[in-house]
Amino acid sequence: MEIFGIPLQAFLGQLMLGLVNGSFYAMLSLGLAVIFGLLGIVNFAHGALYMMGAYVAWLCLEKFGINFWAALVIAPVVVGAMGVVVERTLLQRLYNIDPIYGLLLTFGLALIAEGIFRDQFGVSGQQYPVPEALQGATNLGFMVLPNYRGFVIGASLLVCLSTWYIIERTRLGAYLRAGTENPKLVQAFGINVPMMVMLTYGAGAGLAALAGVLAAPVIQITPLMGSNLIIVVFAVVVIGGMGSILGSIITGLALGLIEGLTKVFYPEASSIVVFVIMAIVLMIRPAGLFGKEA
Amino acid sequence: MSGDVATSINQRARWGWGLGLAVLVAAPFIGLYPVFMMKAMCYAIFACAFNLLLGYTGLLSFGHAAYLGAAAYATGWLIRSAGWPPEAGLLAGFAVGAVLGLGVGLIAIRRQGIYFAMITLAMAQMIYFVCLQAPFTGGEDGLQGVPRGALLGGLIPLKSDLALYFVVLAVFVAVFLAIIRIVHSPYGQVLKAIRENEPRAISLGYDVDKYKLLAFVLSTAIAGLAGSLKTLVLGFATLSDAHWSLSGEVVLMTLLGGMGTFAGPVIGAFTIIGLQDYLADRVGSWVTVIIGVIFVVCVLAFRKGFVGELIAWQQRRGKPAG
Repeated sequence: MEIFGIPLQAFLGQLMLGLVNGSFYAMLSLGLAVIFGLLGIVNFAHGALYMMGAYVAWLCLEKFGINFWAALVIAPVVVGAMGVVVERTLLQRLYNIDPIYGLLLTFGLALIAEGIFRDQFGVSGQQYPVPEALQGATNLGFMVLPNYRGFVIGASLLVCLSTWYIIERTRLGAYLRAGTENPKLVQAFGINVPMMVMLTYGAGAGLAALAGVLAAPVIQITPLMGSNLIIVVFAVVVIGGMGSILGSIITGLALGLIEGLTKVFYPEASSIVVFVIMAIVLMIRPAGLFGKEA
Repeated sequence: MSGDVATSINQRARWGWGLGLAVLVAAPFIGLYPVFMMKAMCYAIFACAFNLLLGYTGLLSFGHAAYLGAAAYATGWLIRSAGWPPEAGLLAGFAVGAVLGLGVGLIAIRRQGIYFAMITLAMAQMIYFVCLQAPFTGGEDGLQGVPRGALLGGLIPLKSDLALYFVVLAVFVAVFLAIIRIVHSPYGQVLKAIRENEPRAISLGYDVDKYKLLAFVLSTAIAGLAGSLKTLVLGFATLSDAHWSLSGEVVLMTLLGGMGTFAGPVIGAFTIIGLQDYLADRVGSWVTVIIGVIFVVCVLAFRKGFVGELIAWQQRRGKPAG
C-alpha cells in the first residue's frame, strides 16, 4: 500500500519518528513555559540540561553499570539538584531586572556546560543501547512499531499529562499558578515563594534531563545536542504561546509530526519547516496559537 | 547630571575616540598584525550595528550572525564566481543584510521583549540551515578562495595587507560616525524613547513598529557590510559566520564593552576577538567555557560594561562633594 507514492511502512515510520521528536519538544517546551511563568526567565540552558541528562545516563551505564530504568530516576535528580544550585546562586539575583539578562545568563551557562562536556567527551557521538526489555518491535497489523519508540511516546505523554495535572488540578499547582500571577500576594499568605521558585526551576531542569535520558537510546549523545534542539523548542514555544500547559504539549507533538511528514515529502526542508510555521503563525496570530495576550 | 559634567564627558569621549583612531592608524607600523586588526575591526563594525539595536532601541536580536554570515557568502560568491569588483561586493553584502533584516524584522517586531529575542534566534537558525544546504555555499567546507581584487576599476589593488587595512579602517570610521549621527538625530531620539517606554512612545503618536523596523534593517544592513568586509579580508566565508554562537558573541562584545555607548562595542569586539585569538591554541575547547564565564560575570556584576563603568565613575567624580 502506498500514500502519495511513499510506501505506507516508510510513511508511518517517519510519522512515528516525528512523534518521538515531538514528545521531546513537548517535554522541553513544557519545562520552559513553567520556568518562564514563575521566574520570568527564558532558560537557554534548557538544552544543556537535556544534554546533561543524556550524559548522566550514559555515564551511569559506562562507569557504574547502572541500567536505563535507574538512570530514568538518577539523571533528573542529579540535574535537578544542579538546577537548584544554579537558581540559588545565580538566577535569583536577576529577578528584578530586564528579562533579557536571564536569557543571557543562561546562555552563558549553556556555553560553560557545553565547553566542559566537549573537553571531557569530545565532539563525536556516544551510543546508548536500547534497554533489553524494550528491544525488538511489535507488529500492529498496519505497521511494525519499534518497542522503544512506542515507549518514549507513551512515557513522555504520561510525564506531560502528570505535569499538567499537578499544575492545573492540585493545591501545589494552585500555589504555583498564583505565584505566577502575583508572587508578593502569595508570599503574604504565608507561602514560601522563594522555595517554590527554587523547586520549580529544579523540576524544570529535571524534566529536561528526563527528556535527555529518554532520547539517549534513539540519538547520538553529543555535547551540542542540546543547543541545536533548544532553538527549535524556542520556535515551538513561540508558535504555541507560553500561556497554556496543554497548548505546549499539543504544539510540541504536532510540530514533531509535521517535521516527520516533511521528511517524507520534502526532506530538504525538514530542518526549517518549524521556523517557517513560526513565521506564518506570527503573521496570522502574533500571540501564538494558545497565547493569552491580545 | 549637570550640563557642565555632560560637556566635559563628551569632550573626554572625543579625546578617547581620537586616541583610539590614532592607535588604529599607527597599528600596522608598530607591529600589530594587520590581518588580526582588520578582522577585529570587522567584528567591531558588527558589534556597533548590534548596539544600535540593543543599546539604543532596546531590542535584543539573538540572531545577528545570520546577516553577517549570509552577506559574507553573498559577497564571496559574487566576487569569486560572478567576477564582481570588491566595492560592488561590499554594497551587495549591505543590501543582503538589509533585505534579510526587512524580512525577519517584519515578523519579529510583531512580538515584544523576550519573544523578540527568541523569534530572531529561530529565524537566524533558518537562515543558517539555508546556508548549510544552498548549492553555492560549499556546505561544511565553506566558500574558499575569494580574491581581494582592486578598488575603483583597478586603481587601488588590495593585494597588500596595508592597502586593505586602510580601506577597512575607512569603512569602520564611516560606520562609527554614521551610528553617532543616527543616534543623535531626531530619529535616534525616538528610538531612545521607545527603549525607555514603548507604550508612552505609542501614546505620543509615534508609529513605533515602523521606527523599530527601520532600526532593525539599518542594523542588519551594517552587520551584512561587516560580513562582506570580513570575507574580503580573510578570503573565505564559512558556516561559523552564520552560527548562533557568533550571535551570542556579539551580544557579549556589546555587553562587555558597554551597551548604549559608542565606543563600548568596539572595545568589546577587540577584547573578545583578541582573547579568542590568544586562547585558541592554548586551551582548546575551554575557550567556550571562558566565554561562558565572562558572560555570566558580565550579567551578574558588570552590566554597564567597560565604557559604561567609566562613564559612571566620571559622573561620580564630576559631582560636587557631599
